Amino acid sequence: MYLNIFGYKVSRRRWKEMLNAQKNRREIIAARLDRRELFKLGLLTSGGYLVAKSGLSAWADGCGPGVCQLGCSPPTTPFIDPLTINPILPERQLTDPGFATPPSVCPNNTINPAIQLPFEGRGQFNGVLRPGTDCFQFFNQFPPQKFFIERMRQNTNFRITSDPNIGPQTIWGFNQGGTDPNTDPAIFPGPTIVTRYQTPMVVRRFNELPSGAPAGGFGVPETSTHLHNFHSGPESDGGPCRWFFSGQYFDYYHTMQQAGFSFDFPPTGDVNESLSTLWYHDHRVDHTAENVYKGLAGFHLIFNQFDTGNEATGFHLPSFPQFDIPLFLADKLIDPGTGQICFDTFGFDGLVGDKFLVNGKIQPFFEVQKRRYRFRVLDGGPSRFYQFFLTNPDNPSQSIPFWQIANDGNLLPTPIQVTSARIGVAERVDVIIDFAQIAQTFGATRLWLENRLEQLNGRAPTGNILPAGQIQNALVEFRITGNPVADGSVDPATGPRFYTLPSTTPTPRITRHFKFERSNGQWAINGQFMDCNTIRFTVQKNSVEKWVLENSSGGWQHPIHIHFEEFQLLSINGQPPPSSPLVQTGRKDVVRLEFGTTAELFFRFRDFRNDFPMHCHNTVHEDHAMMLLWQVQDVGDNNVEP
Amino acid sequence: MMAITRRSWLAAVGLTPVAGGLASATESAKDQQRTFQNIPPRELLRLRHFPNTELVTHQGKKARFYENLIKGRKVVINFMYVKCEGICVPVTANLVRVQKILKGRVGRDIFMYSITLKPDEDTPEVLNQYARRLHVGPGWLFLTGKPGDIEALRRKLGFVYADPVEDADKSNHIGMLRFGNEMFARWAACPGQAHADWIATSILSEVDGPTRTAAK
Repeated sequence: MYLNIFGYKVSRRRWKEMLNAQKNRREIIAARLDRRELFKLGLLTSGGYLVAKSGLSAWADGCGPGVCQLGCSPPTTPFIDPLTINPILPERQLTDPGFATPPSVCPNNTINPAIQLPFEGRGQFNGVLRPGTDCFQFFNQFPPQKFFIERMRQNTNFRITSDPNIGPQTIWGFNQGGTDPNTDPAIFPGPTIVTRYQTPMVVRRFNELPSGAPAGGFGVPETSTHLHNFHSGPESDGGPCRWFFSGQYFDYYHTMQQAGFSFDFPPTGDVNESLSTLWYHDHRVDHTAENVYKGLAGFHLIFNQFDTGNEATGFHLPSFPQFDIPLFLADKLIDPGTGQICFDTFGFDGLVGDKFLVNGKIQPFFEVQKRRYRFRVLDGGPSRFYQFFLTNPDNPSQSIPFWQIANDGNLLPTPIQVTSARIGVAERVDVIIDFAQIAQTFGATRLWLENRLEQLNGRAPTGNILPAGQIQNALVEFRITGNPVADGSVDPATGPRFYTLPSTTPTPRITRHFKFERSNGQWAINGQFMDCNTIRFTVQKNSVEKWVLENSSGGWQHPIHIHFEEFQLLSINGQPPPSSPLVQTGRKDVVRLEFGTTAELFFRFRDFRNDFPMHCHNTVHEDHAMMLLWQVQDVGDNNVEP
Repeated sequence: MMAITRRSWLAAVGLTPVAGGLASATESAKDQQRTFQNIPPRELLRLRHFPNTELVTHQGKKARFYENLIKGRKVVINFMYVKCEGICVPVTANLVRVQKILKGRVGRDIFMYSITLKPDEDTPEVLNQYARRLHVGPGWLFLTGKPGDIEALRRKLGFVYADPVEDADKSNHIGMLRFGNEMFARWAACPGQAHADWIATSILSEVDGPTRTAAK
């Protein structure tokens, strides 16, 4: 009799198959076949990948307790949980006990005797206080009007599915600012922060994470919460080196003005630089992947006089929150021995999961009415690229169009009709789906948002588009209910105009080149390695620059994120950025460096001074030093290969 | 992605052949509730990454990897070999600088381990000469062992390329440093060629970080 570790019987045939698979893999390794020979044997694809069959996959070595690998997670039942609509973070008054010491321009670095550390973590760099630093820029010009609190805490009773086989999970997350863990537990994704342009705000974050060995063996209770990708100074940006400790708080202040407010578009900035879909997430250097994976992330949405959140006004986009739904994609692995979400802190390549969570639940369903909805889709990482399609599971051969209206939180000049959208980690895509029209045209009563991009490891997707209608690739099942209902939102087919793209014709002050390389398993940018103590180059404030980013790392793909400013792609591999079939136009803050890609980026750097990072947002690559720091000052340097 | 059915999962989760007589499994696992174990974090990482491999130090002493070198310790780990013309030299030279920056700590409460990738060539004597030539201080061990054991240890520690062709080329070996505080199940890694002062800062931030965090 052949049993697996849980005492379930396995057929002898299957057992032998598994043994052979292991043997094959070992023989290939032992034989040290070169690429040409592997190719001839049909084991290597032209892209340089080992053919994905079970005989070669790592999991053939077995899925025992402690193993955290693709293919080892226990099975779960899809579409048994409704989609979670995350709560909106409530505004708080300054009379709230959490604001006993109100936010101030310069950090509250008084020592808290209980922890022998400053009360506030702002002003620390690499965990060490630098007195007199990180005062808020423009705080007196734009005094905060709205105040929020979030507490980072552990929650040992978080459900990712109601499948009885998968128990409560231990996560770290943000709560809604209250002190009672029973009524206000930490959740993943965190509460959605909703703010408006021209209403300056502060969110005070308390780090109340547990010390000691973390459940599951991953997570570090030191955090820095990045608001991706708002236009703020480094003191509020939540960069990698500005982490703070459990027991401290940190005030994140945002002017809520558009870029250019102190320069060419006074006094409040260029409305064409407005952002809509942002997210906040931990950014602690060397530990971002495990901390975000453990739950330290959420949405931050911004409205203004055009993107109003009310379909009766402005651009007439579907009303928030009823018909405007953020979707946080996160792929996870579950340890087959413990039944708990697991993370491999010893992996260098990246981690791809086999459980698709949307808004914190495994493959949820969502009942929708026959009308238009706006979905804001975020790839929350750590490493997976998605290409999502709409699939009618009852007729998967149908090609179902929808409208893309934004790239990385920036509305496009006008909606673009697509049949799929691709996103790397941290990229966002806003789409409009018209369920009334789809029900009528395609006879669909349900639809899957389906990821059809094959990815077998953390290095890169294979590029294969998988056949439609495979249930394990479904992210959400939309269930279309009732009769068509009133819909006050704009029909994207009528070609509404949103913001105008700022011009890219000004001559850059400088063109800088960046090669993203890999040697001896170490990431390097222009041959140098990440270091919080080294700022690699200086951009001149209120100037225009062109950056050329080149992926020289062979069989890898990297979603590269530049903090602080949005860019426009001038070219990809010498060609203008396409708007079909995949939209790469518009303003963005992440550029996907696919195999061998060279991309030219146009930037305006305005308003704020000091240091920001550029890094790969495959957070496992990021944690292994695929990053550099740069700064903005009044006088820039002329380093073209920093 | 792979199609993962309940059946293939069951097939994949274990390969242990068990003679008859043990608790028999139900024919259909479909409706059976799975039972999971609660494994503490340090134990999880031990299972995943820290075999109790028998190693020999450059001083000719035997040491068990988990029991003697990892358990309860703050450590820095890398892989190297003596006759290496690639990055071993700059990385080892860098580690000598790191050891100097961390003076007073290495050997007292921080331990450095350099494990050879070529145990056939790198006998304890060869490693000892190497260590003396580089003036490495106390608290830094060069480790060798049986080739099969070292290979298994390397894989467990994640110093492995997914592509077996790439992985077989020793001159291309992974130049990362892995460091952590076993008591707190806290681990990080950085390039061995990063600036020595930054490596030292990173190591201290990992090993001392837990004590700077308020207990809850």
